[in-house]
Amino acid sequence: MKFAFYPGCVAKGACRELYSSSLIVAERLGIELHELTNASCCGAGVISERDPLLSDSLNARTFAIAEELNLNIMNICGTCQGVMIKAQKNIDGDIKRRDTINGILKEGGHQYNGKVKIRHLLHILIDDFGLDRLKNLVVRPLKGLKVAPFYGCYVLRPSIYSDFSYPDRTTAMEDIITSLGGEPVSYDGRFKCCGFPIIMWNKGHSLTMSGISLKEAKEKEADCLVTPCPLCNLNLDSYQPEINKIVQMKLDLPILHLPQLVGIALGIDGKDLGLHKHIVSTEKIFDKI
Amino acid sequence: MVIFSIFRMNPEKDKGPYYKDYELNIPEGATVLDCLNLIKWTQDGTLSYRMSCRSAICGSCAVKINGHPKLACKTQVVDEIMNGEIRIEPIGNAKVLKDLVVDLDLFWQKIEDVKPWLIVDKSLKPPTPPLQKGGKGGFEEQRQSPEEFHRIDAASTCIMCASCCSDCNSWEANEKFLGPAALAKAQRFVDDSRDKGKLERIIDLSKENGMWDCTHCGECWERCPTETKPLDRIITLRTTALEMGITGNNGARHVNGFVESINKSGILNENILPIKSIGIFNIPGLLSLIPVGIRMFLKGKNPPIIHKHIDEMDDVKRIFKRFKK
Repeated sequence: MKFAFYPGCVAKGACRELYSSSLIVAERLGIELHELTNASCCGAGVISERDPLLSDSLNARTFAIAEELNLNIMNICGTCQGVMIKAQKNIDGDIKRRDTINGILKEGGHQYNGKVKIRHLLHILIDDFGLDRLKNLVVRPLKGLKVAPFYGCYVLRPSIYSDFSYPDRTTAMEDIITSLGGEPVSYDGRFKCCGFPIIMWNKGHSLTMSGISLKEAKEKEADCLVTPCPLCNLNLDSYQPEINKIVQMKLDLPILHLPQLVGIALGIDGKDLGLHKHIVSTEKIFDKI
Repeated sequence: MVIFSIFRMNPEKDKGPYYKDYELNIPEGATVLDCLNLIKWTQDGTLSYRMSCRSAICGSCAVKINGHPKLACKTQVVDEIMNGEIRIEPIGNAKVLKDLVVDLDLFWQKIEDVKPWLIVDKSLKPPTPPLQKGGKGGFEEQRQSPEEFHRIDAASTCIMCASCCSDCNSWEANEKFLGPAALAKAQRFVDDSRDKGKLERIIDLSKENGMWDCTHCGECWERCPTETKPLDRIITLRTTALEMGITGNNGARHVNGFVESINKSGILNENILPIKSIGIFNIPGLLSLIPVGIRMFLKGKNPPIIHKHIDEMDDVKRIFKRFKK
């Protein structure tokens, strides 16, 4: 099993523990990764607001690079996943657009042929690797650990750009948590927005959005949250001291990246998974399991 | 036999909301609205809900079906049965008046706030007879090309059912946010070739609680029963604002700073972008970054000080050059 690995900007920036934990978990699972060091940012739904064709062109270039390697793409960022799928659907659904974009890419020696599949680690674990196989590799079951999944908008909505057949009813994250021996927490906030996209201009409301879901998870007795999107992680973890003030309670909820949770159950050392890099201490997770 | 678990509340009698179960044999081809009618007519006349056209045109009958808003008249019951049950609740982000009926005053106020009417060119001549006949005045005909109409076609299909606002995550956190329906309505007028208030509208919509307070959560897109798809309309508004140079706000600065960053190095410079978004002269704004900045630095979560560009950056720069306006 080999993928063209697209880490995304945040895993190379503020959430480098996502990058390192993804590499170590992939290695442990026997998933071979070829990092796309020449691929640009996906645009995060921001560049497309300035110019949709520019955004699609940059993504088409990434797709073309993966196609040249004859590999499908593996994302570890939910936002990258949603944005890339949207770009691919825009391009594949409009032959004229694809021709225009290929005209732009041609000078750089790239051509996008519509063959590459774009997958998130979340989907790869379930569809390609398989949860039974994953379960067999668990050496440190998350027994007794109540884990609240936090999906992040971009892997869910709009549903036409989602890999889930029924995003409103998906239990993908819950299934992974269960396979690792943990107990998934059921709460409405799992499908909600963390508020990150407006953190730079409407901090109060952005963090209120985070607070609504975190408070609900806490009330449902979650020990920690896990998310497949590092942007969600940034809001929920880095700003948790501010969120505590908004919800008027000490949340003390560690926010893990998906590969970190998998890594814990696979018995990988917490430091190697970068668990010490979170703002909210993750130590209590080990007290529980 | 299917159990309809329906949200009930009569503020004049009940201490709080509760759910009441109704068992019903589902007639073939029945919609959720057909079943609500059957329950009301044959089991419990006190159940309240809104309905009118029964043809997915009037937008009255939006209710939450198994957790998300849908038009009751457009939803087949058989598609919604989960373990022999269907849960029916009032739409969200609105005060419940009784059972499934909610107060839509705030929703309508926001629609009004975006001036949902054409701002006309006052230099246009009054109509010549026979157009004037029996009318109260008006102006000469202003024709639109199919391409011009295409820009407002999607937003024109909105039926004001408030499903988008029901699940809007930004509205849930901030009641003052204009919300998806009003912003979609605004796009319908901003992009109307006959409207003369485009600049004024975009300036208004760029203020706090306007177009930049949408988080792209996609709920409005998902819940919209028409082709309006408010998220797409909000993105269109933002593109228009950037094209018109209305960039004196953090949202627009964020987009421009983001694009600039990718043009420079192919990958986002997370150290620089917050400063560009907040604005270099916005001292209180910049100071507000310090606590989280220090916190992240102490944990080694700060983005690398030396920001490296991706391989083959020349090719990315070449693509950007093609788009330089």
